Amino acid sequence: MKFGIKEVVAAGIGTALFVALTQVQIPLGFIPNTALQPRAALLVFISAVFGPIVGGIVGFLGHALGDAFFYGSVWWSWVVPEAVVGILVGIFANKFAIKEGGFSGKNIVFFNVIQVIGNALAWILCAPILDIVIYAEPANKVFLQGIWAFIGNIIIAGVLGSILAYAYSEISGKSSSLEKED
Amino acid sequence: MGRVLTYEEKDTWMHRLCGVTKFVFFLLWSMTSMMTYDTRILLVMVVLSIILYRTSRTRWRQVGAVFKFILLFLTINLIAIFFFSPGQGTKIYGTDTPLFHVVGPYVMNAEQLFYEFNVFLKYMTVVPAVFIFIVTTNPSEFAASLNRVGISYKFGYAFAIALRYIPDVQDDFRTIRNAQEARGIEMSKKAKLSSRIKNMAAIIFPLVFSSMDRIDVVSNAMELRGFGKNKKRTWYMARELKPLDYTVIIVTALASAVALFITYHDGNRFYNPFV
Repeated sequence: MKFGIKEVVAAGIGTALFVALTQVQIPLGFIPNTALQPRAALLVFISAVFGPIVGGIVGFLGHALGDAFFYGSVWWSWVVPEAVVGILVGIFANKFAIKEGGFSGKNIVFFNVIQVIGNALAWILCAPILDIVIYAEPANKVFLQGIWAFIGNIIIAGVLGSILAYAYSEISGKSSSLEKED
Repeated sequence: MGRVLTYEEKDTWMHRLCGVTKFVFFLLWSMTSMMTYDTRILLVMVVLSIILYRTSRTRWRQVGAVFKFILLFLTINLIAIFFFSPGQGTKIYGTDTPLFHVVGPYVMNAEQLFYEFNVFLKYMTVVPAVFIFIVTTNPSEFAASLNRVGISYKFGYAFAIALRYIPDVQDDFRTIRNAQEARGIEMSKKAKLSSRIKNMAAIIFPLVFSSMDRIDVVSNAMELRGFGKNKKRTWYMARELKPLDYTVIIVTALASAVALFITYHDGNRFYNPFV
């Protein structure tokens, strides 16, 4: 768990990416505030590469800044869960071995298991509870919103996130493109 | 992307305040508005925030587009609350005073209307505070000042880098999207959902990978200049906390304490006019 130069920059640029992608959405349905968000894939990818501190910062700061810049209000009840996802996925960064070029087979499955658990904790548990505690919104509405966000995020993180991590692992792991000849 | 809030340089007392002061104000303010459901407090806060908004000399063109979007979102949210739980007001305030029939089994009662009015107020207290904070705070000055109040300068730097690169990443995004659209990728609503996801990937991939390269370039440059060697560093944009800053912080803290006391002194955070 180090927070060196690379992590500082990754947290900064990761947050910038997350904020820039805030407006890039694919609407899912009629429930307000839910859509397929490519930034959810970015978050799990960045966290899986750079670890929990970077993941936590990108989730928290990215969501808060994105809300503030584009929507002029900060929904803390949805900011905190975003950080939860980043931290949880980030904790297992070494296991995924993305930078080392070992992200394949078992690791992809493991990555997705963690990603689903993280998103479940965040959106089905954390976000609705905070919504009820902070805004006293009706339980059935916020849980439906949470489940909707959960489904959207695991799809986009599972598909886009896995492919991103796989492709990045392929590029960064190899020291050169030369192959040994028999 | 015209619908974005950004800092604009002006010379008002609010612009002269230290970024940290405004951040403390913003945090305390939004925390208070999150915790209270006392209508009287919310009303006072809305009036106060409108007055503060006026003194910050913010122009409508700076925030208008975002504000309209918030109103739209808020309206959808309020309607959704009603259809998901028309009895939420009764659950909170304990009485049931039917007002008029809406549609099917849905009847609007006074409690529900009052509850939704409170939700509306809650949002309206935070919106001006966010506007003021973003429009009057120079991001570099804020990042520099964070270090002054004891937050690690590495975090301050991460924050500064984030703000510095948001416009760059947005430019990259636009460039890549235009290039992909020129190659015939359909990004509008005409495309099917599955192909829209695929097309999105065609933009996200180059964007993320060029950003990963950027992370390498920037961190190498910082390493070459010896970033992180010393425990402390100096800042070009940092500002001292002046007497006015301390006054603002103290007044805000006292006001939130009073607001929370009034809210919770009867053991319930809702103000109930129905009993």
